[in-house]
Amino acid sequence: MTTLLDVRDVSKRFTMGGIFGRKTVDAVMDANFSLSAENPEIFTIIGESGSGKTTLARMILGLEDPSEGEILFRGKRVSRHGGRAEKLAFMSQVQPVFQNPFEAFNPLKKIERYLESTARRFLQTRDKAVIDRAMDEALQKVGLSLKEVRGRFPHEMSGGQLQRCAIARALIPNPPLLIADEPVSMVDASLRMSIVNLLKSLRDDLKVSVIYITHDLATAYYISNRLIIMQRGRIVEMGDARTVLDNPQHPYSKLLKASVLSTDDAGDGKLATDPGMVKAAGDLVGQAGKLVARPDGREVRVYG
Amino acid sequence: MAEDIVRVENLKAYYQMNYFGVRREVRAVDGITMTVRKGEVYGIAGESSSGKTSFIKVLAAAIRPPLRVVEGSVKFDFKNGPIDVATATPKQIEAVRWKHLSYIMQGSMSVLNPVRRIGKTFHDFASRPMGLTGKAFEDRVIAHLARLKLPADVLKAYPHELSGGMRQRVTIGLATVCHPEFIIADEPTTALDVVVQKEVLSLIRDIQKEMNAAVVFVTHDMSVHANVADRVGIIYAGRLVEEGPTRDMFFAPKHPYTAHLVASLPRIGDVKQRPALEGRPPNLADPPQGCRFHPRCPLAVDKCRQEVPPMEQVGPDHRTACWRWQDVKPLVGASAPSGVMA
Ligand SMILES: Nc1ncnc2c1ncn2[C@@H]1O[C@H](COP(=O)(O)OP(=O)(O)OP(=O)(O)O)[C@@H](O)[C@H]1O
Ligand SMILES: Nc1ncnc2c1ncn2[C@@H]1O[C@H](COP(=O)(O)OP(=O)(O)O)[C@@H](O)[C@H]1O
Ligand code: SF4
Ligand SMILES: [Mg+2]
Ligand SMILES: [Mg+2]
Repeated sequence: MTTLLDVRDVSKRFTMGGIFGRKTVDAVMDANFSLSAENPEIFTIIGESGSGKTTLARMILGLEDPSEGEILFRGKRVSRHGGRAEKLAFMSQVQPVFQNPFEAFNPLKKIERYLESTARRFLQTRDKAVIDRAMDEALQKVGLSLKEVRGRFPHEMSGGQLQRCAIARALIPNPPLLIADEPVSMVDASLRMSIVNLLKSLRDDLKVSVIYITHDLATAYYISNRLIIMQRGRIVEMGDARTVLDNPQHPYSKLLKASVLSTDDAGDGKLATDPGMVKAAGDLVGQAGKLVARPDGREVRVYG
Repeated sequence: MAEDIVRVENLKAYYQMNYFGVRREVRAVDGITMTVRKGEVYGIAGESSSGKTSFIKVLAAAIRPPLRVVEGSVKFDFKNGPIDVATATPKQIEAVRWKHLSYIMQGSMSVLNPVRRIGKTFHDFASRPMGLTGKAFEDRVIAHLARLKLPADVLKAYPHELSGGMRQRVTIGLATVCHPEFIIADEPTTALDVVVQKEVLSLIRDIQKEMNAAVVFVTHDMSVHANVADRVGIIYAGRLVEEGPTRDMFFAPKHPYTAHLVASLPRIGDVKQRPALEGRPPNLADPPQGCRFHPRCPLAVDKCRQEVPPMEQVGPDHRTACWRWQDVKPLVGASAPSGVMA
């Protein structure tokens, strides 16, 4: 197989002068995984708030350089540095989708302006007909059309439509890889499903790979091929999404699944988590351990 | 039954704008009547852009143009006297802010000034209402933060140096340090991981119980309401369409939209899609006639397209605005489409 993306022993350390005097934060430690070019997949990252998901995504997008290790895209090293043309070529291959559709768009600017500027940038043309065609093609892919969108302001569209527009914008250069950092966390359950189904059809029909970052275990279960679970900078479990979520093995993964709020006892005000589980997961923070393969194909971090 | 702490009466608040000479009016809050009782947690749910944040801004007396109250009242009964925040002067609002009425805005970063240390922000907000300064003030703040499991050092930090969960606890600290009677929280756990979310929610509940404060809690996430709210109100297109005790809303909803919201929650283990609602939320600049839900409602009849259904009492504490509420069947746990959403 040829690899599309190769994340090799990647770590990221931030230094900051503030909170507890001078201090370093290991946002990501020793991340390893790769995506194949032939088999597009939805690769999901779940984890603690602050566990390094966004930092990992930013490194893959070339917005941040790893402190250690390297990230290869189609065999070429991803870097924050490099010439303009080289960067543009890379950006046309790996595109981000942002979290909140209502914040991603300026309320006073027509939506097509965003699409237009992206099209102009990647197609390197000012030809109106070419730009319109590219915009319409991208919008068609997400179930919209330029005709529907033209002339409209963000508040004149639903949250689902806006998020579709954000995804359409990312699709303009025909990238083989999308990085979607919590694309559904601000939207309600039914919109969430329509966005997630869209990601699924991008994978199945257009062969686009998606790195899907989320806190929502249910949609992760529903669309992912593989997933990783992160705790404080480290991947603690990785494998086939359903295998992992049906029966999580690492103490943090177990805690995560047990913390999902249920509606079965709605109105009873039950919010307690088994303190034993919380302790078991908390005790492992800071320990390196190592990822060990299990017979069912997943990898779990073990200690001592 | 506890007394009311706030009575909202036929509240209408619109965004009134001028885009290059074209007047636009978005009727984000369009005739909401409800009350919140002392010491209860009232959950507000609804899809994106249904008007939740706009309603909450009026309730929190954080009304800024282009948003304007065009009709109705929001009367609080605070210990220091009654106040109608829909018509109060900035000075009158200043007198209740933080000490009686506090507001956790959507997006924790927005209250935390990125270039100001957390300690300074606490000072800006809370020193005056608490009537404390210097060491006495700092000690009180540190003791309060400790209850939220935050070290005193966070006071020296800048917002970007804290994790999402810590920032959210800091904003809860800000909103509760003056022991207000009424706390408003807009999506306080959206974008937190499920472990931290649960922790933050139980924290809000504990503090609320301890201070016997009333909390209005806004989120589109129904599973949060299921576990936190005493009562839940559903907003659709700027109007309250149903309100009732949490249990009833989940197990015996009396509005087709509520039935849909409750049934559409994806669960771990789902490998196929749950029944989804067709169509899109109405444009609040030009909302549909009659019942605003009619273009998407599987039970809609001619009457719904012409006449606005009134809020009707359908059980103890339970009200709904639907001409056909008696025909609404709950859909909880429906794994295959059935009942009204078929
Ligand atoms: N520019 C920065 N300077 C210093 N520390 C940073 C910076 N960016 C991130 N961090 C720290 O790195 C860690 C990982 O942050 P990151 O944003 O990647 O988390 P995340 O997994 O995306 O969390 P969330 O689920 O809350 O979005 C956190 O401890 C964060 O405070
Ligand atoms: N600053 C604003 N200017 C104009 N319209 C706005 C503004 N903020 C919100 N709106 C509009 O008001 C309606 C309700 O929005 P909002 O209260 O934010 O909904 P929710 O919190 O339920 O997602 C939407 O149609 C939205 O586009
Ligand atoms: S009034 Fe009619 S359209 Fe509105 S929710 Fe009830 S049945 Fe549906
Ligand atoms: Mg993040
Ligand atoms: Mg909102």
